[in-house]
Amino acid sequence: MLPMAGAPTQPLEFHVTSETHPPNGTLLGFWVYLMSDCLVFACLFAAYGVLGRQFAGGPTAAEVLEIPTVALNTALLLLSSITYGFAVLEMQRDRQSPMLGWLVVTGLLGLGFLTIELREFAHLISIGAGPQRSAFLSSFFTLVGTHGLHVTTGILWMIVLIIQVLKKGLITANKRRLMCLSMFWHFLDVVWVGVFSFVYLMGVLP
Amino acid sequence: MSAHDDTQHGHDDAHGHDDLGIHATFGGYMTGFVLAVILTIIPFWVVMAKVFEKSSSAAVVILGLAAVQIVVHMIYFLHMNTKSEGGWNMLALVFTIVLVLITLSGSIWIMYHLNDNMMPLMNPANLP
Repeated sequence: MLPMAGAPTQPLEFHVTSETHPPNGTLLGFWVYLMSDCLVFACLFAAYGVLGRQFAGGPTAAEVLEIPTVALNTALLLLSSITYGFAVLEMQRDRQSPMLGWLVVTGLLGLGFLTIELREFAHLISIGAGPQRSAFLSSFFTLVGTHGLHVTTGILWMIVLIIQVLKKGLITANKRRLMCLSMFWHFLDVVWVGVFSFVYLMGVLP
Repeated sequence: MSAHDDTQHGHDDAHGHDDLGIHATFGGYMTGFVLAVILTIIPFWVVMAKVFEKSSSAAVVILGLAAVQIVVHMIYFLHMNTKSEGGWNMLALVFTIVLVLITLSGSIWIMYHLNDNMMPLMNPANLP
């Protein structure tokens, strides 16, 4: 390094070091992700639509699907949607503790949903109606299981966000994350509307 | 808790966009919730009380109400409108809906006919 007269004290930079992005770019990007996830579910729904009546001599949908259980699960997920909405409202008012409270309630409702779904899966497998039994059950487990996996991810994300908010407070970055999770969580409820209508309710029709 | 909130605003505030462009209201969420509950209870009642003789009419009601409920969720929970993000997320949504409809109707339509065209031997019921 040869110090010269007039040499810049700062190293020369020929690129933009800061990121240029439109405001709210994250939310739009996350929306695009959700739309791609929507296509994943569309493929799984299509697979179920094609295979849902191929029982291969095994149990039919009407025999193994229990509507009261699904009604309870639907109620839990719908309630978790509105409690997440309350968390967003508290977030807008910058009230951290009530926001965290609603987030915990949402997470617990999500856990309740998962527990009931896993018990249903365990019951099905125990009576010999596992995913390997027929095309109907394969597509059923894939579709409903993928949704359950999304809910699991959502709950993990919620736990991480709760820790982040506890450590950093309701800073802008955390608010943005909360809004992304809000979209994710409500999107899961939208998918569940398709699941309970198309798989469960139409499945048990005579 | 909120006393030291102001000190915690990091560089993310540089753009001055604390506002995330979404203004959720209690009324909006409650409207969406009540509508969603009604639109959930009706199809469950249709199935559990066996309201319709024909499965096809029940299926039409279930699918129709599901479609309405999805729109309700989109508007009241996902805050979807034609203005948000400069219309870009509506554009993405419309594109996705087109693809979803093609995927679903195309798969079911084509595979339905494929089943019809299967050789009789492929049907396990006809095997010796």
